[in-house]
Amino acid sequence: MKIAVCVSQVPDTTTKVKIGPDGKTIDPAGVTYIINPYDEFAVEAALQLKEKNNGETVVISVGKASNKEAIKKAYAMGIEKGILVISDAEMDSYTVARNLADVLKEINADIVLFGKQSIDYDDMQVGNLTAEMLGIPSISVVVSLSVEGSKVICEREIEGGKEIVEASLPVAISAQRGLNNPRYPNLKGIMAAKSKPIEERQPTYTDNKTEILGMSLPKSKPKGKIVGTDVSAVPELVKLLREEAKVI
Amino acid sequence: MSKILAFVESRENKIKNSGFETASTALKLANDIGAEAEVLLIGSNLSSAASELGAYGIKKVLLAEDAKLEKYSTTAYSKIVAEMVKQRGADIIILSASAMGKDISPRVSAKLEAGLIADCTEIKADGGNITATRPVYAGKAFIEVKVTSPVKIFTLRPNVFKAVKIDGVTAATEKIDIPLNDTDFAVQVKEVVVSNEKLDVTEADVVVSGGRGLKGPENFFLVEDLAKVLGGAAGASRAIVDAGWRPHSDQVGQTGKTVSPSLYIAVGISGAIQHLAGMSSSKCIVAINKDKDAPIFQIADYGIVADALEIMPALTEEFKKVLSN
Repeated sequence: MKIAVCVSQVPDTTTKVKIGPDGKTIDPAGVTYIINPYDEFAVEAALQLKEKNNGETVVISVGKASNKEAIKKAYAMGIEKGILVISDAEMDSYTVARNLADVLKEINADIVLFGKQSIDYDDMQVGNLTAEMLGIPSISVVVSLSVEGSKVICEREIEGGKEIVEASLPVAISAQRGLNNPRYPNLKGIMAAKSKPIEERQPTYTDNKTEILGMSLPKSKPKGKIVGTDVSAVPELVKLLREEAKVI
Repeated sequence: MSKILAFVESRENKIKNSGFETASTALKLANDIGAEAEVLLIGSNLSSAASELGAYGIKKVLLAEDAKLEKYSTTAYSKIVAEMVKQRGADIIILSASAMGKDISPRVSAKLEAGLIADCTEIKADGGNITATRPVYAGKAFIEVKVTSPVKIFTLRPNVFKAVKIDGVTAATEKIDIPLNDTDFAVQVKEVVVSNEKLDVTEADVVVSGGRGLKGPENFFLVEDLAKVLGGAAGASRAIVDAGWRPHSDQVGQTGKTVSPSLYIAVGISGAIQHLAGMSSSKCIVAINKDKDAPIFQIADYGIVADALEIMPALTEEFKKVLSN
């Protein structure tokens, strides 16, 4: 079984966003970058499939040279091979997916895994875009995954419940938190990842379908009202919600 | 002239709230740019659902009905949407950024080589130019984006756009027939499992979320009780999800769900930046926390600085009393 997993590198969740000099992207100064948290669930799922089915694994990333860190994290966890489509250009989801699809066409993986979304642009597009470009089925927001012969059965999260979804291989799966508990890399894995080569390729597609015109921060709110410091404040709070905020 | 096709989501033959929001937004945009707006429904037995759309000013509803379409299929639904865009000559496609809309829209984008802007919180038309605003970094910032391809796709964040009723319109329906074969059902839902709490935090108008200030999972009922009285949903901070008190599907924040209800009540939540990112666009925020310096008070409209366990029973009682009058 061939298993591919696609990863990206993103600012960590404690990042305070400052807008960069171009007015369209964030200022990277002082930001800590990590592998996209949802991609860790995808990497773990790839490793579990490999261990169960005696498969081979490859990690693919599209983006800047710093994305090598995400590939190395996947290496440290146990992925065997890595490909980086390297580019400094700002790419939208469509362009990232086209480049991934072009690499994946050669790999012919049985299962392609993604994180359900990257926590920078939160687009939630790349998994299903790539699947459609490859002409294979896709299941997104997956919280459980089992492979039975040439079929996968997944649970995917929807509003207020879950869907049990079935598809045949090859298939693209986008992982949601809850799918598994990603392993911590051991020291040996981390050391081995440092020297493991990453194959670099040039982008095959660069024609974005969308253009960012500007970035802004949320409007700051006037300081709120502290209604009280004990239970006697409760009636006043409820009154304010009804009569001033008019939300109840 | 532009033509807008709105895919309106239905489940169990009923249109969801986010579906009416999608229809209304499509109609408003059509009026702004001098275009026509048509609605597409996919499923089975949808005639009564279709007739409801007239009340939102929709004149034309296209019905793709088939017993096989009763259960959602990513592949079949996205094929129908893409085919209808071609047949009707539409150049703007609007869907909800619901679980279904987010699943369909990228596949339609790839099929039509059309740019997609996901999770819009605002769509503006200036002459023929359409720009959209959407949150990034879970709401820590917003970007203004335009689509550069001829066909343009937008998904709308639920609970942000208004569903507006309009008198005196009757929706005409037209059955459409898109031939589908087995490969179009390469992915299909076999079963839908509904969780006990019916309302999801992303769909609720009131969200009450609990954090570590509740001191233990045995006290989470205080949050659920209040949510129930207010007809809302119960959410959780990452801290208590990581601690195993609540399932991750309840988590509000950057690695959980992003919500924008009318009222958000944060109970015993200090307000880590990743939590604030997921709920700061709520219209009114109430914080109950014993630490007066907790970051949650920076964005709260109203706060009580006290132990959540002490305040919650009284708060629930007070709401009960007031709402029953």
